[in-house]
Amino acid sequence: MNELCSLAVYGAGDDRSFALGDYEGPLPRWCPGCGDHSVLAAVQRLLVAEQLAPERTVFVSGIGCSSRLPHYVRTYGFHGIHGRALPVATGIKLHRPDLSVFVVMGDGDCTSIGAGHWLHATRYNMDMVALLLDNNIYGLTKNQTSPTTPQGYPSNTQPRGSYLPALNPLEATLGMTNASFVAQTAEWIPAHLFATLQAAHRHRGFSFVRVLQRCPKYTAPLFEEGMRKPDVIELLVHDDGVTVPALAGVYKHSIHHDPLDLDGARRLAEEGDRIRLGVFFRDESRSRYEDIRRLRSFTAEEKIDLLEGELERHAV
Amino acid sequence: MATGVDVLTEPPSRPEIRTIRTSEHVLEIVSDSGEGAQKCGQIFGNVSARMGNGVWTVEIIPAEIEPPPRSPAGASGNRVRIGKGPVTNWGDETELVVAFNEQALLGRHRLGALASHATVLIENLWATHADPGIRGQWSEALAEMEGSGYRIVEVPMEERCLTVVENARRGKNMFVLGLLAWIYDRDRDLCRDQIEGAFRKKSEEVAAANVRLFEEGYDWAAENLDFRIDVETSQAREPMVVMNGNDAIAFGAVAAGMELAAMYPITPATSVSHRLGEMFERFGGVLHQAEDEIAAAGVAIGASYAGKVAFTITSGPGLALKTEFLGLSIMAEIPLVVVDVQRGGPSTGLPTKVEQSDLLAAIFGQPGDAPHVVIAPATIEECFHVMVTARRIAEAFRAVVLVLSDANLATGMQPFRRPAIDPAWLAESPDQSPVPEGMQPYQWDPRTGLSARIMPGQPGGMHTLTGLAHDEASHVVYDSSTHQRSSTMRSRKMAVLQRALQPPEVNGPPEGKLLLVGWGSTKGAIEEAVSRARSEGLSVSSIHLRFLSPLEPGLRGIFDRFGKVMTVEINYSDEPDDPYITEENRRRGQMAFLLRAQTLVDVDCWTRVPGEPLRPRLILDAIRGRMRKELMP
Repeated sequence: MNELCSLAVYGAGDDRSFALGDYEGPLPRWCPGCGDHSVLAAVQRLLVAEQLAPERTVFVSGIGCSSRLPHYVRTYGFHGIHGRALPVATGIKLHRPDLSVFVVMGDGDCTSIGAGHWLHATRYNMDMVALLLDNNIYGLTKNQTSPTTPQGYPSNTQPRGSYLPALNPLEATLGMTNASFVAQTAEWIPAHLFATLQAAHRHRGFSFVRVLQRCPKYTAPLFEEGMRKPDVIELLVHDDGVTVPALAGVYKHSIHHDPLDLDGARRLAEEGDRIRLGVFFRDESRSRYEDIRRLRSFTAEEKIDLLEGELERHAV
Repeated sequence: MATGVDVLTEPPSRPEIRTIRTSEHVLEIVSDSGEGAQKCGQIFGNVSARMGNGVWTVEIIPAEIEPPPRSPAGASGNRVRIGKGPVTNWGDETELVVAFNEQALLGRHRLGALASHATVLIENLWATHADPGIRGQWSEALAEMEGSGYRIVEVPMEERCLTVVENARRGKNMFVLGLLAWIYDRDRDLCRDQIEGAFRKKSEEVAAANVRLFEEGYDWAAENLDFRIDVETSQAREPMVVMNGNDAIAFGAVAAGMELAAMYPITPATSVSHRLGEMFERFGGVLHQAEDEIAAAGVAIGASYAGKVAFTITSGPGLALKTEFLGLSIMAEIPLVVVDVQRGGPSTGLPTKVEQSDLLAAIFGQPGDAPHVVIAPATIEECFHVMVTARRIAEAFRAVVLVLSDANLATGMQPFRRPAIDPAWLAESPDQSPVPEGMQPYQWDPRTGLSARIMPGQPGGMHTLTGLAHDEASHVVYDSSTHQRSSTMRSRKMAVLQRALQPPEVNGPPEGKLLLVGWGSTKGAIEEAVSRARSEGLSVSSIHLRFLSPLEPGLRGIFDRFGKVMTVEINYSDEPDDPYITEENRRRGQMAFLLRAQTLVDVDCWTRVPGEPLRPRLILDAIRGRMRKELMP
C-alpha cells in the first residue's frame, strides 16, 4: 500500500491544452459596469496563458460581490465565509502544495473582518495569489463604509462621510514581516491587470495584488478620475516587475522602481497625488511556510511501526 | 469504598512499624507551582501501574504558571489513587498528603480534599523559620486545621535534600518520591528507571542527583516513619499502557491516519498539540498553530476539503469562536473533526478545571439548522479510540464530528489495554481519480442523504463549494423546495447514523427504582457510586452515553423500566428547593434538558460545578437523598 503523506505531490503534468472555454462557468450575476467582470476576464485569460489544469486549480473566496468569482470559473472553487478565505487557502495549500491556489477577497473581507488573517497569511508567505478587489465600499450589503473608503465619502452608515482616513492596504502589507510580493493594478486597464496577475502567479510566495475596482452603484465617482485622466496614473516599471510597453503611449507618468527596494516601495505606497500601479515589492528569497513544513511521506507500515514504538514508551 | 485505615490515627510514638493493608488508597503531593510535585505524582503513578495496581492520577493545577509561593490558591501537584483492581476515578478524600508547605496543605484542606483521618507529611522548615511572618502563617494555618483529625508528621525535606544538592527547591520532589516509595513499598529499580528516564533529557548528572535524592528520601523514611501502607496488587493479564487523555487523543489522531491538526493555544486542550507536534514531526503530518481560533478551524476545513480529514482542537471559548466555520463545514458537507476539551465556563471561567457545560453549545451552538455529530469519550482509553471513530464518521457522512473531552480526562492518567493498532484505521489517500460523467458534488441519496465527496485534483469534478444554499450541482439556489430538500438531506444523515448505533448497556439490573445517566469523564465515579449504593441495598442502575448527538437508540425503553431517571453531570442546575425555583423555571443539567426534549420522560438531574471531578461519595449521597425523598415510602 503506497500510503502517501498528504504533503506529497499528486500526479504530474499532461499534454492536454486548455482554451478559454475550458475555464468559463455560468454567466456572472454582477451589476453591469462592475469591475468584477474585468477581473474575471483577466483571470480566465491568465488560466489559458499559464495552461493551468482546471482540476488542479482552486479559487477560494470569502463573502461579498467579488467573492462570487469562483462560481464563474470552471476550476475547483471554495466560496466560504466572510473574511476567512485566507485560512481556508492556507489549509488547502498545507495539505496540497501541488494545487494552484487563488484567493479572491473584497475590501471588507481582507482589510476589515479578516484583517488578522491577511497579516498572518503575508507572513506565512505560502505560494498563492491573493487578490484584493477593492471597490472602497460594502456593495453586497448595500453601501456601508469600508476601511478603504476615502475620508469624507458618504455611505449609508456614515452619511456625512467616512470619519477616518482610509486604510492603505499596500502600506499595511509592505509593513508586515516576510511580505514577498505586493502589487497594485486597476481593473479598467486590462493589459496592466493581466500582466500583474501573471507576475503574481509566477512569483513563488504570497502574491498580494490590490485591484482598484469600480462599483458602478456606490463608488463610481471615486474612480472616475483614474479612468478618464491617464495623467493621474503613475506606472512603476522594472524588468523584475510589470512592464507593458503598449501602455506607455497612454500613461505618461512612470517611475523606474526596483521591486527589491523595500524602502522605496514603502515610500511609493504612501498616498500621493497619483494612483501608482505596478509591482511595489517582490523578493522570492523569503521563506515559504509550505516548504518549511514539508515532510517526507511515510508508508502505513512505517507509521504503524512508529506508533508501536511510541506506545512502547507508555507500556506498563 | 471502606478502606480501614483508621490505624493511621494512632499516636506517633508507637515504636514498631505498623503496616496498613488495604485494597486501595488515595494520596496527594502538593507544593508551590514549579517545585515538581506533579512529576513526583506521575512517576509514583507509573511505578504503581507497572507493579500491577489500578491507578488514576489527576493533576492539581493552579491557573497560573508560577503563582506567588506559599499561597493556598497556588497549590499544585497530583492526586494519585491506587487500588487492587482497575481505578476509574479520583475517589473521595485523600488519606495521605505530602505537602511542601503548610499553605498548599491549607488550600487542599479548605477544598475539603482531605479525609479526617489523613496523615500529613510536611516540610519542617516553616514552623521554625527565621522569618516571623512565615512562622505566623504556619501557626495560623495549623490553628485553622485544628480539630480536623489529621495526623501531621514533620519531615526535614530541605535539610536532607541539601546533603545531596545545592538547590533543594529543585530536588524535594524526588526526595518525596523516596518517602512514598518506602511507605508503599514500591519497586526501587522501577523508580530509579523512571527517574533516569525523566531527567536524562537534561543531563546524566541531573539524573544521577535525582536518583540520590530519591534514595535519601527512601532512607529517611525507613529510619523515621512508623507506618507503611500495603495496597494489594493484581498482575495485569494483558499488555497495558499508561497516559493521560490528551496524549491518548494525540495518539488516536495519528492512529486514525489524520495528518493535519490546526489549533490555537488554549487550556486545557493545548497539551494534545504538544504531543501531536512532536509525533507529526516524526510520523509525517502538520500541526499548524494558527493566528487565532477561527483560523485554526479554517485551516482544518481547507485541508479536509482538499485531502485527508483534518481536525482542530480547542476548549469552550475557542469553540465559540469557531462557530461560523462549523456552520460552513456542515452546510458544505466538508468532513471535519473538532475536539473540545471542556473546562469551566462561561467566558474564561475556570481554565484548568473540569466541567461539562459545553454540551448544548456543542450540539445547538451553530446558528441555522446545523445537524452534526457529537460524541464524548468516557475514559482515557476511549480518548484514543474516539479519534478513529470520529475520523471515520466524518468521512463516511461528510459530517462535522465534535468530540467532547474534558479537563478530567485531559490531565488524568490511567493504565488501559494497549491498543492493537489496526492498519485499517489509517485514512486512505485522497481519491484523485476522474469523476464519472454526470456525477454531482452533492448527489444525495434521497433515502440516506449521503453523497460521495469530490475533491480538488479529480478531473471532471470541478465545482464551487459554497456555504450558500445550494442544489446537487453546488449551484447557489434560493428557492424554497431546494432549501427544504437539502436541509432534509443533511438532517437525514444523522438519522441514518443513529440507526446504526447500539443502545447503551445498563450498568446493573435493567429495571429498578432509580437510573442514573451520565456522559463523559464521570463514568468511573458514577459507576462506583452505583455499586456502593447497590451494596447498601438501593435499587440503582446507570447508563453512560457516548453518542450525544444523535443520541443512542432505545433510551425511552430503558427509562420506562425505572421509577425515576436522573442525570449526573458536572454542569449547573437549580436545586428543586432553591428559592424561586419551580418545575416550570428550573434550569436543569444540560443532558437532562436534552433527554427531556428527546424522550418526553420527566428526567431529573443532580449536577455540581465544583471545579473538580465528582467524588463518588457525593454521588452516593445524592442517590440516597433522592431515593429517600421521592422513592421510599
